[in-house]
Amino acid sequence: MTTPAVARLSSAVREEPVACDGLHAEYDEDSYRLAIPEAGVERETLTESEFETLAADHERYVQNWAYWNEDRADADEAFLRWLEAADETAIPDRYESLRAGTARSWGELRIEVRLVDGKRRYEIRHTDDAGRTDLDRHDEPLDARSLVTEDDDGRYRPLKTAPSLPHGWVFPDLTGRACVETVEYVYPATVANWYLERQGELDVDHWEATIGRQSGIYGVVQTWNRGDSYEHVNWVAEACCADSQCVKRREWEYDDETELDVPGGDGAFPCREPCSLVIAAARKWTRLEGEQEQRYEFTLTPSEKEQVEEIIDAVADGRAAEIREADTADPANRYRARYLRAKRFDEDDNLSGTPTETSE
Amino acid sequence: MQALVVVAHGSHLNPDSSTPTYRHADTVRETGVFDEVATAFWKEEPSFREVLRTLESETVYVVPLFISEGYFTEQVIPRELRLESFDVEQWDSDGTSASSTTLEASDVDKTIHYCGPAGTHDAMTDVIVRRAESVTDNGDVGDGFGLAVVGHGTERNENSAKAIRYHADRIRDSGRFDEVRDLYMDEEPEVDDVSDHFETDDVVVVPLFVADGYHTQEDIPEDMGLTDDYRTGWETPAEVDSTRIWYAGAVGTEPLMADVLLERARDAGADVGSAVEQVRRDTRAGAD
Repeated sequence: MTTPAVARLSSAVREEPVACDGLHAEYDEDSYRLAIPEAGVERETLTESEFETLAADHERYVQNWAYWNEDRADADEAFLRWLEAADETAIPDRYESLRAGTARSWGELRIEVRLVDGKRRYEIRHTDDAGRTDLDRHDEPLDARSLVTEDDDGRYRPLKTAPSLPHGWVFPDLTGRACVETVEYVYPATVANWYLERQGELDVDHWEATIGRQSGIYGVVQTWNRGDSYEHVNWVAEACCADSQCVKRREWEYDDETELDVPGGDGAFPCREPCSLVIAAARKWTRLEGEQEQRYEFTLTPSEKEQVEEIIDAVADGRAAEIREADTADPANRYRARYLRAKRFDEDDNLSGTPTETSE
Repeated sequence: MQALVVVAHGSHLNPDSSTPTYRHADTVRETGVFDEVATAFWKEEPSFREVLRTLESETVYVVPLFISEGYFTEQVIPRELRLESFDVEQWDSDGTSASSTTLEASDVDKTIHYCGPAGTHDAMTDVIVRRAESVTDNGDVGDGFGLAVVGHGTERNENSAKAIRYHADRIRDSGRFDEVRDLYMDEEPEVDDVSDHFETDDVVVVPLFVADGYHTQEDIPEDMGLTDDYRTGWETPAEVDSTRIWYAGAVGTEPLMADVLLERARDAGADVGSAVEQVRRDTRAGAD
């Protein structure tokens, strides 16, 4: 029996040769050729009906071709093929895993593709929500935009790729196109930049070039650079771009010739230039780092010194809100911090009574 | 294929800043006249820098959702979109008359029609009037009413006040309202003394801002005396010095703004079919 996919194949092959994932088909002067080497098929001089019968015997190859023959952007196609490891897995194995469902991570997204009635369907949810059955169902890609505006605590997420993606939702049944669209709302432009990188065409703008084109209130960041020193940019990248802060993989460095000393991270998709949050933070640091260092003297017990360090760590690691109220063993515990303040701050909130502005 | 890209400021701190941009882009998307409708932001994502590469369309209309010509429309947006041959002279603008210019972006193979800001388009005048209708819940508002169009003021950019004056003049010339004034936050005539500027008992105050935020929801209501503390809210209308003030909030939140985006793109050559008429009709309060 000739299925619609087989009919499309014989019609397509009359226009031009077809080659897709192990399937090869040609047409020349009223005769067809079909080759599927991994299935042991290699036939020439087939009539149309012989061709269609043979193709129908290997329908997975034909359906696979029909799906990848649909009209879509190059980047979208590359992404969807990557999701099912199409370039590394032959059709028999691939279809077996597609029937069971096969998943990849993209930032904090878990994207699963599976075959339903012979068609590819895509499911997107938070990686942490794998296996959960109590999720809110969504079918419109546009829903994703408002779903990811705030984190689980209702706080605004100014950086879409911060690892604070909220939980509790699922897009269970998307087409390929809707899948890419949904991913775009969650992590804008990541598919396009990932694709450019795979093509070897990612246009990375390093720190120097990026701050060099800033103007207005951000022009000041250019003054932060001092000769050959780039230590401050290491600190910026460590503060803002570590995997704990952003799921992109930092590909920008200090400049074309100078790599930063901190790791760029393990993200699936690249970061091609310092983002607006980094630039805005760098503007603040440019001003703060314009100050001269001074020597202060504080009196603290050893535990209090360590406590100050722990408090900085707790804030820097976003851990402060998690510390239990009665957990006074944690140096960053609220009661511990309040006790330290009561003991060591004077009436002007100076640590150890040491004024910020020292007199000559 | 043709795409519309709405470019706006956005915010690292205020999630409501991008809300009007999203809403108007959604309205245009629903008309179906563009193959793609995208948004991009200075402070959010996708950035101006990376939006064009996300599009399939070879023809792209970029409309800035900004109130006036100036730093953003003339420097930041063209630079970040890599419209390297952009020169402000191409707009040949008197400060409020930029229409569009056709350019290429150096990172993509597309034709970019870069349009003037939404805020200076003639259709923006209608949005201000529509905003007045919305806040008074009166489709014929005008008779017996004054209208104040409120702007930030000059600060960094003289075109900012020009845009306010431009629309105030057009509404005044239409004769619909008894009185029309342009008022400012940081220059004379100031919005603080709004009732001093009007004879009418009722005054509609429309701030020419894209999104609600600090200025429109905290600063201006307190300056005008609608409330002592913005957190406690205010009445609409609120009586201040024996004048009833109908405070409209940011004009950019009015659904008819979507029409201005469409008209900007249409003026630049986009095929928008009958979407302008459709949006004008469907965004009217109470429309299905």
